[in-house]
Amino acid sequence: MSDVHPKSEVVIQVRGLVNAFNDKVIHDHMNLDVMRGEVLGVVGGSGTGKSVLLRSIIGLNHPTSGSIKVFGMETADVDTEDLKGVQLRWGVLFQGGALFSSQTVAENIQVPLRRYTHMSQELMDEIAAMKLSLVGLPPDAAQKYPSELSGGMIKRAGLARALALDPELLFLDEPTSGLDPISANQFDELVRSLQQSLGLTVFMVTHDIDSLRSITDRIAVLVNKKIKVGTIKTLVNDSDPWIHEYFSGARGRAALAGAA
Amino acid sequence: MRNRPLAAPDATQADLHLEKRQNLLRLVPVGDWNVAQSPRLDLILQGLRPDGAREAEIDGRQVDELDSAGAWLLLRTKRDLEQAGVRVRSFTLPERYAPLLHTMEAENLAPVKHAVRPRGFKYFLERTGRGTMHALGQGYAMLGFLGRVTVEAIEAILSPRRELPVAAFVRQIEETGLTALPIVGLLAFLIGVVLAYQGADQLRRFGAEIFTVDLLGVGFLRELGGLVTAIIVAGRSGSAFTAHIGTMRVNEEVDAMETMGLNIAEVLVLPRVLGLVIALPLLTFYADVVGLIGGMVMCYFDLNITVPAFLRELQSAITYKTLLVGLIKAPVFAFLIGLVGCFEGLRVERNAESVGRLTTRSVVESIFLIITFDAAFSILFSILGI
Repeated sequence: MSDVHPKSEVVIQVRGLVNAFNDKVIHDHMNLDVMRGEVLGVVGGSGTGKSVLLRSIIGLNHPTSGSIKVFGMETADVDTEDLKGVQLRWGVLFQGGALFSSQTVAENIQVPLRRYTHMSQELMDEIAAMKLSLVGLPPDAAQKYPSELSGGMIKRAGLARALALDPELLFLDEPTSGLDPISANQFDELVRSLQQSLGLTVFMVTHDIDSLRSITDRIAVLVNKKIKVGTIKTLVNDSDPWIHEYFSGARGRAALAGAA
Repeated sequence: MRNRPLAAPDATQADLHLEKRQNLLRLVPVGDWNVAQSPRLDLILQGLRPDGAREAEIDGRQVDELDSAGAWLLLRTKRDLEQAGVRVRSFTLPERYAPLLHTMEAENLAPVKHAVRPRGFKYFLERTGRGTMHALGQGYAMLGFLGRVTVEAIEAILSPRRELPVAAFVRQIEETGLTALPIVGLLAFLIGVVLAYQGADQLRRFGAEIFTVDLLGVGFLRELGGLVTAIIVAGRSGSAFTAHIGTMRVNEEVDAMETMGLNIAEVLVLPRVLGLVIALPLLTFYADVVGLIGGMVMCYFDLNITVPAFLRELQSAITYKTLLVGLIKAPVFAFLIGLVGCFEGLRVERNAESVGRLTTRSVVESIFLIITFDAAFSILFSILGI
């Protein structure tokens, strides 16, 4: 970590990542760099291992071989308990929100605060209220249980919990799936504005081509067990048939038309 | 750019300098104002008093790092000062935090309110009433469920067009019966050993060691075999029914079945209940045999009663009625376990906590019902003179 070239600092470094399950190779010597302060979108067809890549980076899946460094610390081959140092610096929003169902939304947000700091209950309540407000939830959501929330509210509450410790790095697993287009747009805008105001680095797995257009700086496409990284402009003209189809199909064209 | 080391909460990297000149209070936050430092900073700020100052300045130009927790503390201080009648004439922070500050200032920050829990005698009465009504409602719903399952079961068996899901039914017999053999066998054997040992110890004083065999035969076949097996199965399979059906409810699988016009009682409940009604009497018989073997082993080593002598005494002590009295209770216990397990499973709400709560309740309720019914059977048999 150096202050000399903060813009070019690599936050996530994946080198030679191989993931295979029962001889079925999913990732074949994959390399990826995620820079500080960027929003990286990760796309790929079903079964190309987007979620496996995410889980490998955050230490939930032990890859067959290869190295993954987050903030310079190896995450691929250690137990999750040993990751405490970096766990404080990232936040993860799981696909289904993964809110703890026996706790209220406010208590969910306070779980990491309680675990890692010694705040008074009043300050934790204030911070929970602030995070809720940041993600656009009404104050009365604080005392609700996850089962009382709608799908969009669960995603927002999950985001509030992921942001509880003011992480530098945010992982989002299909944040807009299951949301209606209007809510999805609002969520995209929310992520973008939080990313800018909190100075976040965002690693986002998504299928939503509108999200890709509106908030990502670069896009990583998982294809043929490898990764191709580029921007929408460069990827549209890519020679790979899947990438071409993805960005030039009806949905892709419609979304990109709005980009101009 | 933020470049936060893994700050320990007690590291003194952040502070607040106070300067007071006549009516002006200057607050100069320095260092890292982040979430790790916020508990300490919170305490410092809580102790802050305007002390007659009319104007205040918050000069944050020396802040090295700021995150939303730190920004919140500063904004809260500003708000509190203003509410105390102090005019905050300037609020400055490094330029790079302008977007963060802009976002935070736009928010309408209402602190979280905790629900007040009522106490006192009135609340106690109210809770008792609710609890009673809940228990009554539970009993009523259970009775309704019993009726539904009975009707479905009779229809499924009698009507030639509606077939029982045979594969699921056989699988339930396997899961609840066959796979329970090792644990039921082990426990029955040990209980046979213990019963023989304790019986021998007492009866030896009267020189009536041989009646240990009678104690074993009658005790195991009439009561213990059936009771022990039913309690093991309630803990093993009754809980599995509730957890499985409950998880299916969480996953909306039960809802999916209903919208397809599948009959829940027929698809989910009948195979389990009927499977258990077949499996439990078989398991009970098996437990009876293994328990007697356990007792026989103990008699041989402790009392020197040989196997032929044991069997001869056993034959004179028990009749086929003794066995039947024990076995006749097994299908009833099985029905209770299956019914309660499925009933509680179908009551699960869509969260993980309720799966756990209702699984516990299912096991407690079925063991309670088993013992209650066992007592009722004892009374019935004594009236009938069996």
